[in-house]
Amino acid sequence: MSPLLEVRDLTAQFARDGVPATVVKGISFDIAPGESVGFVGESGCGKSVTARAIMRLAPEGSSVAWGGRIGFRGQDLLTLSEREMRDIRGRRIAMVFQDPMASLNPVMSVGAQIDDILRRHTGLSRKAARQRTIELLGLVGIRDPAIRADDFPHQFSGGMRQRVLIAIAVSCQPDLLIADEPTTALDVTVQAQILRLLNRLRRELGMALMLITHDFGVIAGMVERVNVMHGGEIVEAGPIDQLFAAPTHPYTRALLAAVPRLDGARPGG
Amino acid sequence: MVAIGAAMLALLLLVVVAGPSIAPFNAAKTSANSLAGPDATHWLGTDSIGRDLLSRLIVGGRGTLTITFVAVALALAAGLVLGLVSGYVGGKVDLVIMRLLDVVFAFPVFLLAIAVVAALGPTIRNLIITIAIVYTPTLARVVRGPVLSVKRWDHVEAARSVGVGEFRIAVVHVLPLVISPILVQTSLTLANTIFTVTALSFLGLGPPPPDPNWGSMLAEARQFMELAPLTVIGPAVAIVFASLTFIVLANGLREVLDVGNR
Repeated sequence: MSPLLEVRDLTAQFARDGVPATVVKGISFDIAPGESVGFVGESGCGKSVTARAIMRLAPEGSSVAWGGRIGFRGQDLLTLSEREMRDIRGRRIAMVFQDPMASLNPVMSVGAQIDDILRRHTGLSRKAARQRTIELLGLVGIRDPAIRADDFPHQFSGGMRQRVLIAIAVSCQPDLLIADEPTTALDVTVQAQILRLLNRLRRELGMALMLITHDFGVIAGMVERVNVMHGGEIVEAGPIDQLFAAPTHPYTRALLAAVPRLDGARPGG
Repeated sequence: MVAIGAAMLALLLLVVVAGPSIAPFNAAKTSANSLAGPDATHWLGTDSIGRDLLSRLIVGGRGTLTITFVAVALALAAGLVLGLVSGYVGGKVDLVIMRLLDVVFAFPVFLLAIAVVAALGPTIRNLIITIAIVYTPTLARVVRGPVLSVKRWDHVEAARSVGVGEFRIAVVHVLPLVISPILVQTSLTLANTIFTVTALSFLGLGPPPPDPNWGSMLAEARQFMELAPLTVIGPAVAIVFASLTFIVLANGLREVLDVGNR
């Protein structure tokens, strides 16, 4: 099967105060339709910037020069106009962010925020959009969705807000869902629920999932393949079982060793 | 606090809306009974050509307050647009808008007002335009500041990540979050504008007679203030009351909007 996403020699160069810094140094990878791929690495290794490159979102207040090629459904995303890109964002590729507490507009009801995206991308009527919004809220596991749709973000807990954000992200049935540390800001018990939800939605909606995390514990059982990133490069890539069983790169071994184990034994010790 | 301010504002609005219909006498009608003290017919007495003082205060208040409200509304509209564009777009646009506003800001309010009114003539329209121009920079700055911070919040990037356009982000996801400082500043600007309007009218740069307004009433009454102190005290108290209304309202709004709004 031809890949859904085909990234070749992607580079990202930031210029802050006139000093250029290359954060992503020519990485290449594929994601097949419906496939789930993990990106693991420490803070600042370039994994979030890679995700933002696919969305073509430059962090506010900085300018970034993208290089290479991001093939998606026969187009190079890096050459699209901003207008064409806006039709891709949310419709074909959507993203779930790290901090659910801050990622919703605090002065709009959650239902209105989902309606908005549906109407933007699908041209549904106000009534039909609200109907779909309620379905989506139910789909992500929010009880009494018809009533909760009129509530504001501060009336939801962190885990519930992340569910709302996931509902927004999957509202237009995108081909690719990018989840950037989707559970980092949540309680451990809630983390597992959110991961299960992402996995279920991926299968039900036939989306590809790009899961970004610093925690090998999060991707175990979630993804089929893993790319380990370090210093702006992919240092190791492969099926998850193989990577867990026989990591070849010293950095991967170090990352795996950093995962706490239940029996208290220290790897290599 | 906000309730007191709202009650005071309601009284002012009543004067603006009802105006002549609640005044006991025709405000322009003269009589032989000049500079009379308060009695049962003329509650606050009469002025130097025998016009009823209370009626003139009410009708004059309508003029003064209407100019104030319209001028501040215009300044607010301009300030919102300029501040939002400046803060949200940033870069060179921000630089140009803010430097232009700095030029206006650098002029003393009265000097600018006197210059404009002197050049274009003392009409109500010119007075309103002048005051709107004078207060636009203050409001634009109050809008721009919080916009600079809110546009970097996560929910703005989240909105962008689902394909929301920049105009809609600015209006729907940024503007509603910066509204509380704007409300407070608008109220304070109203208080300042009352003084500016009456002071310019006092100097003869306001709307020409026979339309009464608090500023010109003060100016006319000044020469008789020892004979009939109420002719000066009346408009003075009205000016202070109106100004106080907006200050009380601003403080009240600040309390309501700042505490536990999130």
